[in-house]
Amino acid sequence: MLSPINVSIESLNLMTLAPMLIPVIGALLILVVDIAKVNLHKSLYVVLSLLFLAMDFGAVIASSGLFMSDGTLTGGFDIMLIDGLAILAELIIVGASMLFIPLAMTHKRFHEFSYPEFFALFLFMIAGFQFMVSTDNLIMIFVGLETSSLALYTLIAMHNREKSFEAALKYFTMGALAAGFFSFGAMIFYALTGSVEINKIALVLAANGYADMGFVLVGIAFFLAAFGFKLSLIPFHTWAPDVYEGASAAMAGYMSIVPKIAGFVVAMRFFEFLVHSNVVWLQMMLYAVVVVTMTASNMWALVQTDVKRMLAYSSISHAGFVMAAILIGTTQANSALFLYWILFSFTNLGSFSMLWMSRQKHLAEHQSSDHSYDKFAGMIKTAPVAALIMGLFMLSLAGVPPFALFWGKLYMISSAVTSGYTVLALIMALNSAIAGYYYLKLIVYMFMKEPVIENGGEIYVTNATLALKTIIGIAAVGTIFAFIVINPLLDFITAFVYNSGY
Amino acid sequence: MFDHILSILIFFPAVAAVFGFMIHKDSMRTYGVAVAAIEFALSLMLWYAFDSSVSGMQLMESLPLVPSFGINYTLGVDGISLFIIILSAFFTLLGIGALTDTPNVKYMIITLLFLQMTMAGVFAALDAIVFYVFWELSLVPMLYIIGAWGGPLRIYASIKFFLYTFAGSLVMLVGMLFMAYFYYQATGHWSFALLDWYRLILPENIQLWLFAAFFLGFAIKVPMFPFHTWLPYAHGQAPTIGSVILAAILLKMGTYAFVRFSLPLFPDASAFFMIPIAILAIIMVIYTAMVAYAQKDIKQVVAYSSISHMGIIILGTFALNVEGISGSIFLMLGHGVVAGALFMLVGVIYDRRHTKLMSEFGGLAHVMPRYATIFGIMMMASVGLPLTINFVGEFLSLLGFYQQSHILTLLAGTGIIVGAIYMLAAYKKAFFGDVTNEKNKNLPDINKKELFGLIPLVVVAIWLGVYPKPVLEPINNSVEAVVQLMHNKAQTTLAKERIPDLSKPKVMVMKKTEIEEEVH
Repeated sequence: MLSPINVSIESLNLMTLAPMLIPVIGALLILVVDIAKVNLHKSLYVVLSLLFLAMDFGAVIASSGLFMSDGTLTGGFDIMLIDGLAILAELIIVGASMLFIPLAMTHKRFHEFSYPEFFALFLFMIAGFQFMVSTDNLIMIFVGLETSSLALYTLIAMHNREKSFEAALKYFTMGALAAGFFSFGAMIFYALTGSVEINKIALVLAANGYADMGFVLVGIAFFLAAFGFKLSLIPFHTWAPDVYEGASAAMAGYMSIVPKIAGFVVAMRFFEFLVHSNVVWLQMMLYAVVVVTMTASNMWALVQTDVKRMLAYSSISHAGFVMAAILIGTTQANSALFLYWILFSFTNLGSFSMLWMSRQKHLAEHQSSDHSYDKFAGMIKTAPVAALIMGLFMLSLAGVPPFALFWGKLYMISSAVTSGYTVLALIMALNSAIAGYYYLKLIVYMFMKEPVIENGGEIYVTNATLALKTIIGIAAVGTIFAFIVINPLLDFITAFVYNSGY
Repeated sequence: MFDHILSILIFFPAVAAVFGFMIHKDSMRTYGVAVAAIEFALSLMLWYAFDSSVSGMQLMESLPLVPSFGINYTLGVDGISLFIIILSAFFTLLGIGALTDTPNVKYMIITLLFLQMTMAGVFAALDAIVFYVFWELSLVPMLYIIGAWGGPLRIYASIKFFLYTFAGSLVMLVGMLFMAYFYYQATGHWSFALLDWYRLILPENIQLWLFAAFFLGFAIKVPMFPFHTWLPYAHGQAPTIGSVILAAILLKMGTYAFVRFSLPLFPDASAFFMIPIAILAIIMVIYTAMVAYAQKDIKQVVAYSSISHMGIIILGTFALNVEGISGSIFLMLGHGVVAGALFMLVGVIYDRRHTKLMSEFGGLAHVMPRYATIFGIMMMASVGLPLTINFVGEFLSLLGFYQQSHILTLLAGTGIIVGAIYMLAAYKKAFFGDVTNEKNKNLPDINKKELFGLIPLVVVAIWLGVYPKPVLEPINNSVEAVVQLMHNKAQTTLAKERIPDLSKPKVMVMKKTEIEEEVH
């Protein structure tokens, strides 16, 4: 006979669940509203989502206050783990989502935004990401990962174009494979250590001195493959350019930021103890993955003819660059990861929004794809402000000072220098130089070529509404004036990362 | 009232450029000239506020930017940077004033004003990251000037220019990060401040690597042989104003950075690499002089001659003594004035004939006497005729290096002779003889707008050639401080030998060695 289980409510610490529950409640509310009254305008759902995201953001800030005073919180049968990493990642996830959702307010009518389910799924997805980053339980990570991924596949497919279905299906198949790898990896570590919690796995492995090295490596290989798919690291990147091309530009920009930061945090939790335990093979594998991802994707980006595909390869390259932080594994490197990603989300979301703003319903004759380079030829003559802003984002992505991403690159390369990875630092620097070429290519088209056909500049602002312009304005201001906030941001991030023990 | 003059000098043109967007394109030129004139007046005020008897940094400003990572917005000038700042404001004024009919003149002037901001910033920055920010930022306006107003190959030329420099500077950035990290290891806190770095004495092998990293960034900018291939393209394709600013100011960033960073930070490495760099510089002098002789295009002649003179500047810098370094800094100014003027002169004839081939000309002295006179003066200044500005710099640079190596200096001297040959040959082809080409018969002589750009340059070229003291003295003061710092920091015997100690009178050293020789 089983004895009755006694669990006190305090030990569950339900407050830790609050930030995730807010978007879930929001999603349910949106569904209920839809049942009560159909055919409501999308602006209602946009504002509702924004409201719940703002509350979510507030809740995360409240838990960051708790973290500052009490340190790491656990709750929900010790499954939830609210440490500095979780809070930082949640801030980025919710913040970037708040920047994304107003992009639905386009001038032209797009299919997906007329469904309230789009917004409900979007909020469920955010809850999934939040669960994923605020736990170190492999099963909970898996649940969060799958919740968010399944929602994301649907969101992509709702764009309702032939290429979007292809993209969603491709992403789904690859995602399923990644999920398989993840569960295999988790299984191996459970078999080795009898636990699914990362910190206990670390303790058990350290206690027996990594006796079963072979199995550990097999497990690591599975995990690396699973993260490789999520973070689009080479050679698991093949889905990324097609999916980015198929998804709407706004969604592609979102995908290049939010799912990846969730993936990075999980990878950081998992690889941190392994990197520091001198598992030489892991370091070599990671080193190779980082260098190849950075370099090869840069080469591919050079030969693209479509700006969106170029940005897809460029975000793969940025992911490889940031993955170097996990290889280096010092507090400075981990802080650099967050700093880089915050700055990157402003710039990258901004440049994808510029593409989104110029999205036409029907392609002009000379265009082979939605955002071919020649579409932007001579943009300075017809739409000077838009061209200047787009040029600004390109310079920032290339790492030209004093724009946002330069500071991320500076701190990241510095963390490589400080921990003795001299060659890696040089490779990172030279990759930035290579990347300069394809960002410059767009600038050359915009500023130095003649327009292909006379278009009067309307096509660059086809979708422009106040909401879109506001988001782009925020991104542009964040990109230009980043140098003012670097210091407080860096202090904040470093304190959180350091106090979480990473 | 001069507390923030450097910041004003840097940001005034940028703010003015932003306001420039509001101005109608017909009035833009006047606005540009007015802003550039104010900027030049500010730079003269800077000279007035500057105390030329002090050798260290003056008019310093500091503002924390990322204090936890040791990045501060620190500015300051000494005799080395003061005159280059004035020169850049001077050329922005002349360049905008003499700007010929350009499509989109509004954007051109806005770009030039932004460029002026970055140039003033590079030469006033005393924090490595602030320096780097302006250094990289200066690429963007120049990229646009070449790419939007250049010749048929403009896009290739502008991208080559950007990527070449960008790649080199990123390696330099890694070097800067290492330098800051070594400072952190030594003192326990981060700093990118140049004056902090000056106090750091690094082991020789580390110096060699860091010197190489910085060298790559600077050498591409100068550009030194074998990294010079981007420059003929950039000059060949750039519009006149682009070439003028590029030759007069932007290239000086590289040579200036050698004096500001490489020498005082890595004295042992500088002494170690002195001979290899001198050999590169001499190859640069002689090889590019020969290439210049083979050119058919008069702008390419001026471009290659400009690289050739940069070789002498490098040679003077790496003489590592007061004469050489002062001479090289003076030559930077001289070369700026002369090369800038020559590019402007080439632009004058290009505007009239839309060709730069020397075979198309001949006998221009009959048609355009005033033009031929100014060209003649500037050409004489370029070959280093005594009593012109370049003579002072070239003489001091070579004198400085003569103390290190007689043979190499002689070789560099031959380079100057080749320089005289190709310049005179080019002048002969274009200006003397009969007017053979029909199209040249009725060319109008130089006009007022062009005279506005050229006359001040002629005046400066002769004035500083006859009486260089007001400029040379502050330079000398500051250079003495740098050389003394280098000597004090030097650890290897090689470096101690090559870098003179100024605290002891020179004559004493000579006598001492003589006595030692007698004893042995």
